[in-house]
Order: sequence, then C-alpha cells, then structure tokens
Amino acid sequence: MFIEIKNIQKQFIDKENKPITVLKDINLEVQKGEFVSILGPSGCGKSTLLSIVAGLTKANSGEVIVNETQVRKPGKDRGMVFQQAALFPWLNVLENVTFPLKKEMSKKDANEQAKKYLQMVQLSNYLHHYPHELSGGMQQRVAIARALAMNPDTLLMDEPFGALDEQTRSRLHGQLETIWTETKKTILFVTHSISESIKLSDRIIVMGTKPGTILQDIRVDLPRPREQYKKEMLEIEEHIMGYLKKEIDKVVSEELANASNN
Amino acid sequence: MHPTIKRIIFFSVIIAFWEIGSRLELWLPTILPSPSMVLDALITGFEDKTLIYDLVASFKRLAIGLALSLIIGSALGVLLAKSKSADETLGTVILALQSVPSIIWLPLAIMWFGMNETSVIFVVVLGGTFVMTLNMRAGMKNVNPLFVKAAQTMGATGLDLFVRVAFPASIPHVVTGARLAWAFAWRALMAGELLSTGPGLGYTLRYASDFGNMSLVIGVMIIIGVIGYIVDQLIFQRVEKNVLERWGLES
Repeated sequence: MFIEIKNIQKQFIDKENKPITVLKDINLEVQKGEFVSILGPSGCGKSTLLSIVAGLTKANSGEVIVNETQVRKPGKDRGMVFQQAALFPWLNVLENVTFPLKKEMSKKDANEQAKKYLQMVQLSNYLHHYPHELSGGMQQRVAIARALAMNPDTLLMDEPFGALDEQTRSRLHGQLETIWTETKKTILFVTHSISESIKLSDRIIVMGTKPGTILQDIRVDLPRPREQYKKEMLEIEEHIMGYLKKEIDKVVSEELANASNN
Repeated sequence: MHPTIKRIIFFSVIIAFWEIGSRLELWLPTILPSPSMVLDALITGFEDKTLIYDLVASFKRLAIGLALSLIIGSALGVLLAKSKSADETLGTVILALQSVPSIIWLPLAIMWFGMNETSVIFVVVLGGTFVMTLNMRAGMKNVNPLFVKAAQTMGATGLDLFVRVAFPASIPHVVTGARLAWAFAWRALMAGELLSTGPGLGYTLRYASDFGNMSLVIGVMIIIGVIGYIVDQLIFQRVEKNVLERWGLES
C-alpha cells in the first residue's frame, strides 16, 4: 500500500482542560495513483487527519506510512493545498511557484518547471502578476501549480475549492481531473460536499463525528468524465446521505443544546 | 477644487496677513519678523553656505543614528518575538523606555561621550530603536500561521523559514516601524542639537536665538518642518501604501 494510516488517535485539550477525542481508531489504506475523498460534517476531524498525513500535526498514537517511510515531519513528497491559497503576497506568481524549487535546481530550471505547471492550470499569462491582482479561483490554481511543481507523489487537498463560487469550483473540478489523469498523483481530498466527492474520487471515506471515526468506505465505479451519469451520481449521493444524516443530526442537536444552555 | 490649489490659497492668505501685519507694525520684528525678512535670512544663510553645512551635518547624524536604530530595533524585535523569557523581562523595559522622550538621556550621554556628535547620535539611536523594536516584534508575532504551514510543506525549516517567510511577511510592520523611528529620531536629533554643539540645524537655531536673529530662527524652523513633511508624506507614506496594497492589507 502506498499510504497506510494505522490506528490514529488524536486528542485536543479544550478550554476547561478536558481532553476531546477528535480522531479515534482511524485505519485507512490508499493505493498509488488513487483519488480518495475524505467526506464528513464539520468537526469530524477530517482536516486534522490530513494535517497528520502532511506531518504538520502529531497524532497521540498510531502511525502514518507513506511510500514505506513513516511520516514524522512535512516533506516535499507530499504537496499540500489549503482552503485559502496561502500564496506569499510579496512574490509574484512565478516566484511563488518556484518557492519550493529554489534549493534543488538552478533558477532557469526552476522557472521552466514552474511554467510547465502554470500552463497546466492555464495561468501562463499571469507569471508576473502579484496574488492580490488575481481572483480567488486563480489564486487557488497557482497554489495547485505550486504544490505540483515540487513533483510530489502525493497531493493533499484540504477543502481546496470550499471558498470559491459554484461556477469556478465546477471548472476547477474539470482541471483537477485532467491534472490527476496526466500526472498520476495519489490524491487525498478533504471535503464536506457530497457531490464534489462523487464527481472526483475513486473512493469516498465517509467520516462520523464526536469522536471522528470512519463510517464507510465507498467505491465510485463510474467512468470519467462523470457529468453524463447524473442519475447514478444521485443514487450514490442518497446512499451517502443516509450515513451522514445521523451525524449531521448529532451535530445540530448538540449545537441546539449548547445554545439553550447559554 | 484640487487640494493643491486649496493649499496654495491657504498658505498665501496666511503669509499675506503676516506680511501686512508686520508692515503695519502691529507687532515688533523682534517678536515676529515679517515673511520677507525670514526669506532674506534664509537666502543669506544658503548663500554663505552655513545652512548647507548645517543640513549636511544634521543629515549625517540622522543617517547614522537612524540606521543604527533600525538595525538594533529589528534585532531586538526578533528576539522579543522568538523568546518568551526575553519578552517578559527585556520587553517590559523596552515598553517603559519607549514612553520616555529620548532627549532625557543627553545629560548622561554628555558625561559618557563628551559634548560632541557621539552624544547626539546616541540620543537619536535611543529615539528610534524602541518603536522599531515594538513594530518588528508585532510583525513577527502576526505572521499568518498558514504561510508558515504552507512553507513547511514545501520543505522550508529553521533559518530558511525565517528569511524567506517570516521576515518578508512582517514587512508591513517593518515599514510602519521605520516611519515612526524616523519621526522619533528626527525630533530627538533637533532636541539634541539644540542642547549640544554644531554644526547642525538645531545648533544654528539656538545660535540665532542667542544673537536675537529671529528671522533666522523662524527660517530654520520652517526648514525643519518642510523636511519632516517631505520625508514623511512623500517617502514613507508612499512606501507604506504600496506595501499594504501588495500585501493585500488594504483594498
């Protein structure tokens, strides 16, 4: 297996000094080149799980193995795209994308590599623009190009299209699918949108909340592009909704209880 | 109406009243000389080059003092941001020192370094350093954690992370710090020169006052004001605006 997540537990300490279990007994295996979505309601710890795979957050127990190496810290073999583009405002588009390449290659090679991936996200005409001059969707494409430019085996995406409008999101879905087919990256994609996960992934990991656990591992066997399989996608959506409804009800009733306590 | 035209009219009216009042002898020239006398004094000063020597001398001290205060201030700011113990101890001292006008150090400086340039530069450095320290500290503390995370996933660690991410991310605070440091240093310089030796604008101001040359006193005051305005509005405000826009902090 390319990515192995074994018995991950994660606890946070809340304001009243009580431990809260965010992730419990998480076990997951992902094959090389697979597109796997992690789907769940807010607060289920899906972003924390991705952060643990990235090496940005430490688990309390369990281990993550990527390409036969245990994850201890962040590394260039795992590119990460966040919900906010996180571009450096003091660098232009090209400089942002060459940021991870500076140490290992000459300026010329780095620029060439960066241009190749900027072309892939169709931003070749914006090399010398600064982030504040770009729209949200364009910024996110630069962030994707930046993660791809270090040529990682794995791409970790934390609700990358969550802050974008519907049309932009749908266009970026298409671009991401093309990139994935061309580059054969292994993608772990965190989202709370059921339709997004069905449209994009080979497998959907459905997570429940309080504590965060894996409820279901659903394989999506529809051919791509999937726009033409509206009916089948809807069936899968209803199937997943069945699992998630209970979880969402749980979150809502808890929030209502908290609200009435206050 | 364009603001520049408004300003020209405003200043013309003030100068006209001032000149007319002087000519009608509403007040004595020893109390308030007329604008034409001030202009004469300035022209004489520039023609015999005393004011030029003063400007060069003052700017030399300012350049040395401000450069030192920016370097020391930045270093201290990084230290306070990175070390909690330093922040809890040295940080308190710096906060206290920052609220003190730096000119009160002059008597001590004269004891240490003598009645000379070094004392004035010392006061200028103290004037600029602490405000730079506090802004650098704030800049470092307010680096967007997402930038740091993103850089870490791209293999940046340690010094690399500081030089390529944390420092550039705090540039807006650095620019604000530099602008305030300049303003404090400029005030400290004038106070220092007024109480110390020349050449220098502040020294000439006191010298002119001692000899009752009120026209030159007002002339030098105007030079000091104009320089302050030019540096602040035309240099620092513009740089600050560009930086804020680039860093996406201003719409």
